[in-house]
Amino acid sequence: MMENKTTVINISNVSDTQLEQISKKNLLSLNLQEMKAVQAYFIKIRRNPTDIELETIAQTWSEHCKHKTLTASVTYTEIDGKKKTVKNYDNLIKETVFKVTKDLNKKWCVSVFKDNAGVIEFNDKYGIAFKVETHNHPSALEPYGGAGTGIGGVIRDILGVGLGSKPVMNTDIFCFGPIDYPHKNISGNVLHPRRIMKGVVSGVRDYGNRMGIPTTNGAVLFDEGYVFNPLVYCGTAGIIPKNKAFKKVSPGEVVLAVGGRTGRDGIHGATFSSIELDKDTEVSAVQIGNPIVEKKILDTILQARDKNLYTAITDCGAGGFSSAVGELGSECGVRVYLEKAPLKYAGLKPWEIWLSEAQERMVLSVPKNKLKELIKLFESENVEATVLGEFTNTGRLECYYKGTKICDLSMEFMHEGVPKRHLDATWIYKSVKPKAVVKSAGKDYAQTLNNLLAMPNVCSKEWIIRQYDHEVQGQTVIKPLQGKNAGPGDACVIWPRISIEAEYPKTDIKDKYRGFAVSCGINPNFGKIDAYAMAAGAIDEAVRNLVATGAGLEKTALLDNFCWGSPNKNEQLAGLIRASQACYDIAKVYETPFISGKDSLYNEYIDEKGKSKSIPMTLLISAMAIMNDVRKAVTMDLKYSGNSIYVLGSTKQELGGSQYSVLNKTNDYTVPGLDPQKAKKLYIALNNAMNKSLVAACHDCSEGGLAVSCAEMCFAGGIGMEIALNKVPAETKSLTAAEKNIILLFSESNSRFVVEIKKGKEKEFEKALKGNIFARIGSVTFGKNLIVKGVENQVIIDEETDNLKDAWQSTLKGL
Amino acid sequence: MKSKVIVLRTAGTNCDKETGYAFKTAGAQTVDLVHINRLFKKEVKLSDYNIMAIPGGFSFGDDISAGKVFANKLIYQLSGELKKFVDSGKLIIGICNGFQVLVKTGLLDIDNEQSQTLSFNDSAKFECRWVNLKISNFKSQISNQQTTNIWTKNLPEIIQLPVAHAEGKFITRDESITDELEENGRIMFQYCDEEGDLADYPYNPNGAQENIAGICDKTGRVLGMMPHPERYIMKYQHAAWTAKELDETGSGFHIFKNAVDYIKNNL
Repeated sequence: MMENKTTVINISNVSDTQLEQISKKNLLSLNLQEMKAVQAYFIKIRRNPTDIELETIAQTWSEHCKHKTLTASVTYTEIDGKKKTVKNYDNLIKETVFKVTKDLNKKWCVSVFKDNAGVIEFNDKYGIAFKVETHNHPSALEPYGGAGTGIGGVIRDILGVGLGSKPVMNTDIFCFGPIDYPHKNISGNVLHPRRIMKGVVSGVRDYGNRMGIPTTNGAVLFDEGYVFNPLVYCGTAGIIPKNKAFKKVSPGEVVLAVGGRTGRDGIHGATFSSIELDKDTEVSAVQIGNPIVEKKILDTILQARDKNLYTAITDCGAGGFSSAVGELGSECGVRVYLEKAPLKYAGLKPWEIWLSEAQERMVLSVPKNKLKELIKLFESENVEATVLGEFTNTGRLECYYKGTKICDLSMEFMHEGVPKRHLDATWIYKSVKPKAVVKSAGKDYAQTLNNLLAMPNVCSKEWIIRQYDHEVQGQTVIKPLQGKNAGPGDACVIWPRISIEAEYPKTDIKDKYRGFAVSCGINPNFGKIDAYAMAAGAIDEAVRNLVATGAGLEKTALLDNFCWGSPNKNEQLAGLIRASQACYDIAKVYETPFISGKDSLYNEYIDEKGKSKSIPMTLLISAMAIMNDVRKAVTMDLKYSGNSIYVLGSTKQELGGSQYSVLNKTNDYTVPGLDPQKAKKLYIALNNAMNKSLVAACHDCSEGGLAVSCAEMCFAGGIGMEIALNKVPAETKSLTAAEKNIILLFSESNSRFVVEIKKGKEKEFEKALKGNIFARIGSVTFGKNLIVKGVENQVIIDEETDNLKDAWQSTLKGL
Repeated sequence: MKSKVIVLRTAGTNCDKETGYAFKTAGAQTVDLVHINRLFKKEVKLSDYNIMAIPGGFSFGDDISAGKVFANKLIYQLSGELKKFVDSGKLIIGICNGFQVLVKTGLLDIDNEQSQTLSFNDSAKFECRWVNLKISNFKSQISNQQTTNIWTKNLPEIIQLPVAHAEGKFITRDESITDELEENGRIMFQYCDEEGDLADYPYNPNGAQENIAGICDKTGRVLGMMPHPERYIMKYQHAAWTAKELDETGSGFHIFKNAVDYIKNNL
């Protein structure tokens, strides 16, 4: 094929089968209905599309950019025994996740769901922008590069929100296959989970650390369902002056490309993200990152922003220039000259220049009279900036290459022309009869606790956390590792005082101690039973992690990241609908609006037996709360001998999806339920107690239940605790003593905390918690053991905290 | 004299803002964060300042060896001015990547050959953790026999600061260099346990020879250190502020304050 040549593709007089073939051959990922809409458009304008036009439409209409599944109309049928109910949604996401935000209508939401990130108010002058992205398929094929460019991409989202935001923290959540997965089950281009993990961890490390942004929050999960398709979630939060939170392009302004050069890396990333992986998938779709180039952009962009040298900015992510330029020009029109784009090397076809997802590139809209000063500023720090074209008032997307017009599409067709989908799904309830819990496990509670602490989803992630600089910028006041022995914190707290004062020294800092907390909630094991319970649990976990750290609910915002299998499969789609509905139901009660989100569907793979499989449905909820006073923050390590231990919330027979049931393979379907009204009341009461400085330590109960939480608090603080299970508020009727012990220790019921109350403050604390379910269950001892008395008041666990710590730290040590 | 601080920036510099903030908080009159291109183009003059800081980061990606490219740029484009800066009694601090730059400029050398370097951590990976540091010439400071206490005045014998690096293992050309550093009171900080005894990993986070975390030049005015004093200026930056009583100002603050005071009293 000739280089640098644009070809015309005949679609106007071809059959449906041929249309489908064209889509498949060119990796367009458009279905027949969409191809026919494209065909109709070109028949109407009496010509055939060029390759660049077809590619541009495919990118703009990709699942990645247009979210065709979540915006589809849906008929959802639920079958519970003989009862059948049908619910119709006109637009799934608009009637669930977006609706929470609309219904709650919080004044402190500055910019939601329309920019590269959501922005909420920090104080009267500043906002906080927050975004979490996924980079799953690239990380499966080339873990180091894929994960590095994942974090690089989300940082650019923050740089490209409004007129640019300064990143102040990163969060990373990874899902891998088991690190001891048998090598013989892996073939072709598929990498072993251990290798993927090492590559991903170091890819994020080398990019994030070089950007000078602290990584202060995260989670790592392991499951066989992620062997062929790992998940890599990368998130960034940034601080932005409120008067810089919006962009506005005007016709006549210049299109300026800033940063890295364009190469052939990362072509078809947006459409590739919707394709099933198999053992032979090629790696050419993965981008190549260079953090120092991006750091230079960060340094200069913020200077340019504060000098008002441009009117709009966005990053080149999926779809490259085609998306970035197309989005900025969508309201007015834009004309670009592709031969002007600086290239890494010669030989790219025009459509490749247009579609390349080469990294570290931003596109700006610049008034002509500011151009000279802006380019000078970029040059002063060795950042390349090139004029590509100009914004117009034609309402058209026009691309030229060396004098020839090769793309001319109406913006309206591009952005509104995608046919709306209709989807149907049916959900059938599984029997939720609880299993006999003890039979399979035996009664060695201490051994079970040790085993649980060593489980991959529970064990210490210190090996990873320490490789990430969580202190850079000097604003991490609550850190990911807490106490003398690096216990697992529930949330981090950032105090962006230096960012504000260093850049805006004249700022009046009346709210000097204001900060924000960030946490996450994720539990795919619940989703294997019911995606509704998983979504409810994830929201609860993220919110209770914030509350455990001292944040209130008043200014708490959420992000949703759906990683799912193919929505063409009934079970996957039904789960997606149920999870979306749960997002609405729970967040509405908590009054925690969603401000941004992302879905990554089609996480499918062909397994070793040639069978098509979906990953476990995985919803990540990230939560962020503004804290008026970071000095009220609480960590999870036990503090002083003699203090009292309380448990808050009720423990129920809900071992379904628990680490206990994974460990013992019990196939229990009693997945934890959630009463959001009760939980909210408890969270407000606990927050009040924390604001009165009554709480010395607090830890939520999640994977592994109450026993794991208590053990973690003990070894983090390096002191012992004695508790009595017969004091724990519980709903465990008609069970044997042994069964009760198991449930009280290991059930993962939602909305629970273990708290340490300062000696002498018990009465005041109980008063603050009045009307909620809670009980004093023991105290911090002067010894070094975790002592648990069972329901019959006999000692059932008496373990040295150092041994528990060793069990917890052994799994990932020395990798 | 009024203290005027220049914090050098280049591609990959990370800790310039917090380092500048630390000097500001410590009372410096002027703090400018300046890209080195501006010094090379003579838009800014080094001689207008009396404290120079090279902050942490990954200058030029640390793609060759940490700090090497930055050091070469200083040597080849600025060496005369740099020498004049030191000779006129002014102060230089290099933190983390800045320390890596300083050892590679020769400013901390014993003789005319590079006498020490910062190599890969024994753990072979980047590590971020809080460490205990012993002020090495603490006793001699009290008896006032040494002049190399410019930076560590008013600090207790053991302090805590965070480290965050992959190439922080201090090693010397041969043992005689370490002896010479010690004899001349040039070892400033050493990694230690809670009691102040030199201890192994993880107390010594990188395997540094003699647990050395920071050294100064023969004048005592040029300091290089791997731990980050700018990350512990205020109580709430400490890893254990929720668990124990701490001063409102962090240990790192005093290092910057000492520099500002020195300029005030001596220049």
